[in-house]
Amino acid sequence: MKALVTGITISLTASVTAWTMASGEIEAVLQNSFVAKNQATMDRLQRDAVQSACSAPRGMPLDNDMLASLRAERLDAVVLPADGEYLGDWQRGAEVAGNGRGLQSSDDPTQPNGGNCYACHQLAPVEVAYGTLGPSLTGYGARGQSVAMLQYTWTKLWDTHAYNLCSHMPRFGAQGILTEQQLKDVMAYLLDPASPVNQAAE
Amino acid sequence: MKRHHLGFAFFTAWLCSVPLAADNGVFDQYRDLMGDDNPAVFVIDEGEELWFTPQGPESATLEACDLGLGPGVTAGIYVRFPRYFADTDAVMDLESRLVHCMTTIQGRDLEAVTAKPYSLRGDFGTEMEALVTWLAAESEGATIAPEQTHAAERAMYTLGEEIFFYRAGPHDFSCATCHEQSDMRIRLQALPDLTSHTGAADAWGSWPAYRISQGLVRTMGWRLRDCFRQQRWPELRMGSEASIALQTYMAVNAAGGTMTAPGLKR
Ligand code: HEC
Ligand code: HEC
Repeated sequence: MKALVTGITISLTASVTAWTMASGEIEAVLQNSFVAKNQATMDRLQRDAVQSACSAPRGMPLDNDMLASLRAERLDAVVLPADGEYLGDWQRGAEVAGNGRGLQSSDDPTQPNGGNCYACHQLAPVEVAYGTLGPSLTGYGARGQSVAMLQYTWTKLWDTHAYNLCSHMPRFGAQGILTEQQLKDVMAYLLDPASPVNQAAE
Repeated sequence: MKRHHLGFAFFTAWLCSVPLAADNGVFDQYRDLMGDDNPAVFVIDEGEELWFTPQGPESATLEACDLGLGPGVTAGIYVRFPRYFADTDAVMDLESRLVHCMTTIQGRDLEAVTAKPYSLRGDFGTEMEALVTWLAAESEGATIAPEQTHAAERAMYTLGEEIFFYRAGPHDFSCATCHEQSDMRIRLQALPDLTSHTGAADAWGSWPAYRISQGLVRTMGWRLRDCFRQQRWPELRMGSEASIALQTYMAVNAAGGTMTAPGLKR
């Protein structure tokens, strides 16, 4: 395992230099350009392997082998719910989906983080203030609740890069943005037939 | 003028009482009501006054300040920014150039002039905001044409592009997450594609801008700081290399467009 990780790091570094100035240089620029503010600390400017691999300006050549192994690594690292229960309470899930706060320097760190799904997705048809960076998830529950479907959706929420490396969606589980319980609640909001996501608009 | 001003105050009150998710229709209505009366006109006047006001230990005005086209020249300078200045051997944005003039010509303390460049909600606008607003208005209608002749200016563009795509923080956001596609929105707010000429020209050409919801003029430096806040990053320093690089990236993508600032935003 250790050897594999080192291999990835090396090939990553090699492909990174294809498009950046020495990445140390850009990191130094960023360190000099920002100041820590409340919970938004300076270590946030440090990229992990996924972030580095997904920072290439458009049209830059990418190392496909590296990307494939990185994606496989993310899939390996997904943590499924310990008790095997995927679905929580859709009403609490609605709150998580609508809450855009959390982890900004201006947010109260004692309050729970939101998932901000509405910033990027249409969900309940009655909510008109939805963003369009992601596909509409209205009627998502029609896909059913098979084990495969539950695991697919959980994995997508835990670490979207496990399926689609460099997706624009945040890694809600892997980055600790949402708790396991919040993820279950959002799962129910998507999949429970009683959830407004799965009710036709009046 | 007075009558319009009252109408404006009334409209602002009404606007703030409707949900923040006010859509563009509301702003079109606002524009219809206000016509060309962007409340930024008051800030433009204030900025011009500040330029000619002696300040600091040297009790000097800013008239000796060289914004790129010679000391004291203010018309048409903003559309050439960010640009390289030989006296500092650095690429500067308008905000950092003004700081340079305040410290060297007026002899003011660097800490003091950079302590609070942008007003908080409920404050009066700052000196920096007023000066930048007036100086941008001095380029109104001019073609956006940032300097790209010096190697340092071109390197700034490349750095800006890299920062634009640099994903970091707990949400893995970069500017590109929200601003590399056209016709996208977050909730109800339209997101310009800043990698395209049209998107960059509309955005770069309309800041500084009067923010109706905040009752204040905001500069591009503030806009970037606030987008970085949404990006979950630490706070962007005014006049920092990252700020100047991103402004260079946007201004060069916008080149050929028209400067319409000060703009009017939700
Ligand atoms: C910053 C934007 C963004 C946010 C916030 C976001 N997503 Fe996404 N999401 C996307 C994008 C873009 C895609 C499509 C690309 C992909 O699949 O990776 C996507 C895809 C998905 C998919 C897969 C769709 C399918 O048809 O299989 C699901 C499910 C999903 N998102 C759920 C959520 C939920 C639930 C939340 C809130 C907890 C959320 N997303 C928050 C951007 C976002
Ligand atoms: C999470 C999404 C998000 C990210 C990331 C983001 N922005 Fe924004 N940006 C927005 C939103 C939303 C608006 C519109 C705000 C409004 O209407 O109040 C906006 C507005 C802007 C504008 C003004 C556009 C105009 O025409 O008025 C500029 C310029 C801009 N962003 C630049 C950037 C840059 C540069 C970055 C990277 C540092 C960035 N943004 C990162 C969401 C984002």
